Amino acid sequence: MILDLARFIESERVYWEELRTTLDRLNENPDTRLTLDQVTRFHYLYQRSGADLARIGSLSTRPEVFGYLESLVARAYTELHDAPQHSRFSFWRFLSQGFPQAFRRNIRAFALCLVITIVSAGLGAGALALDYDTKSVMMPFSHLNRTPAQRVKEEETARQDRMAGRHSTFSAQLMTHNIQVGVLTLALGMTWGLGTIVMLFYNGLTLGAVAFDYIHAGYTPFLLGWLLPHGVVEIPAILVAGQAGFVLAHALIGWGDDTPRAARLTMVRGDVFTLAGGFAVMLVWAGIIEAFFSQYHEPVLPYPLKIAFGLAELTLLTLYLSRAGRK
Amino acid sequence: MTVERQARVTIETPEGISFSYPLAGPVTRFAAWAIDALVIFTVLSALSKAVSIVAPLTPGVATAFGIIGYFVVSIGYGMFLEWRWRGQTIGKRLMQVRVMDAEALRLTFQQIAIRNLLRAVDSLPALYTVGGVAMVLSKHAQRLGDMAAGTIVVRQSRSGLEIPDTIRTGKYNSFAASPHLVARLRQKAPLDLLAIAVNALERRDQFEPDRRLELFRDLARKFRDIVTFPEEASAFLTDEQYVRGLVDEMTRVRRR
Repeated sequence: MILDLARFIESERVYWEELRTTLDRLNENPDTRLTLDQVTRFHYLYQRSGADLARIGSLSTRPEVFGYLESLVARAYTELHDAPQHSRFSFWRFLSQGFPQAFRRNIRAFALCLVITIVSAGLGAGALALDYDTKSVMMPFSHLNRTPAQRVKEEETARQDRMAGRHSTFSAQLMTHNIQVGVLTLALGMTWGLGTIVMLFYNGLTLGAVAFDYIHAGYTPFLLGWLLPHGVVEIPAILVAGQAGFVLAHALIGWGDDTPRAARLTMVRGDVFTLAGGFAVMLVWAGIIEAFFSQYHEPVLPYPLKIAFGLAELTLLTLYLSRAGRK
Repeated sequence: MTVERQARVTIETPEGISFSYPLAGPVTRFAAWAIDALVIFTVLSALSKAVSIVAPLTPGVATAFGIIGYFVVSIGYGMFLEWRWRGQTIGKRLMQVRVMDAEALRLTFQQIAIRNLLRAVDSLPALYTVGGVAMVLSKHAQRLGDMAAGTIVVRQSRSGLEIPDTIRTGKYNSFAASPHLVARLRQKAPLDLLAIAVNALERRDQFEPDRRLELFRDLARKFRDIVTFPEEASAFLTDEQYVRGLVDEMTRVRRR
């Protein structure tokens, strides 16, 4: 049916303008809350404009009118048909329930990360045992390329606090760098998980090589005292990042699942977000501990104390992830 | 693998209303990103300057704040603005594009966070190459972050509307006396012809007089070829008046 377009616009414009004004107001002030009467009116305007859009739909003489009305209806639809929102975000609830629950829901992905890390650490240690010259390849960091004996001697005979005045800076560097590594590990889940495997494998390889180097040289207490206080949180945090990456990868691939890909990704979005928040918090903690605690060795801090601290953290972390938020 | 890219994404609502969004193209999105990168660079430069001013007082803490600030601005810029401005950053505002939920629902913070976190992979190896390739291959021009977050980036439609008043004359229309012929013309005239006639009437003042005469002569001839009106209906009418009168009648709502 062809409409009397000019008259139609004249009679309906007042409603469209009212709807547009409301939408603009909501757009400019996202925190605006409409009253029940305002919502009722808003819904009426949306329905009326939607009906107008349907009436005008077949008329191609005024595409700009159609475009304008379509835009209005689309914006109103978005406002009215809100995505299901959970209650207001609470950091405490996130820590005490959300994160550990999401972790347990996806425990198999975490187990996969753990296996990859253990296997790659074994390979790193094995490679160093077979050919010590591979050290510079597997540990391309200047501070790790000294021999363990040199490092331990340097640390234990230091007369000055090398970290004096640098704690905050070092801590900030560690946090931001490790969170970036975690985010990349997560994001690479979108490469069907291949990139996540590479990140975890490389991490494990380096870890295994470093551990072998110090243990083989007879500096196990130093190694444990150095790595455990922050490593028992930092390494699981990177595994959690890998876990989130594998959750994404699983939804992307969708083995044996007929659900459309977009729906599968929607279903895991909440857990991926929660796991990302979780590993970020863990890495902030690890950054603080590494800068303020891990870098002090005997005689300043006895190794048994540092090892005990690390084991206590590991126990608490295990209890937290396995128990917190259980109903 | 071939993926048919769509220029628009169509949403059908439970109320039976259908509407569509024009998808933003890679070039527009890249331009928006470039503007945002410039804004981030400016903010970081200001931050660096502020840190260098405060550093002599508390060197360690100031540098730590600088490092964390750099990180927060780099990662948080997109998240914060897209959340506050409903899917827009400064670059997106200037380029008139907007992030929205792929189902046209309101964006959640989770979606915004995930699409921004996944820039880490989309930006690889440089200048969003992975994201760009993903967009080209995706039906809805989504980079990997958009796929994971269930978002699309659309061009924003115009928000103003000028009501045309150049068509209707308000005067006596001789074609009104032949409603059956008008009805036949409505039925037989292609919509394209009607659209051209409406546009020609609206833009009549933009044509040179000679071109205008020629245009309305052609249009009147095409209408005459479809339906012939009685002599008395079209007598003494110029071609433009003829076309105006017909369009006026054809676009009237038939009232019961």
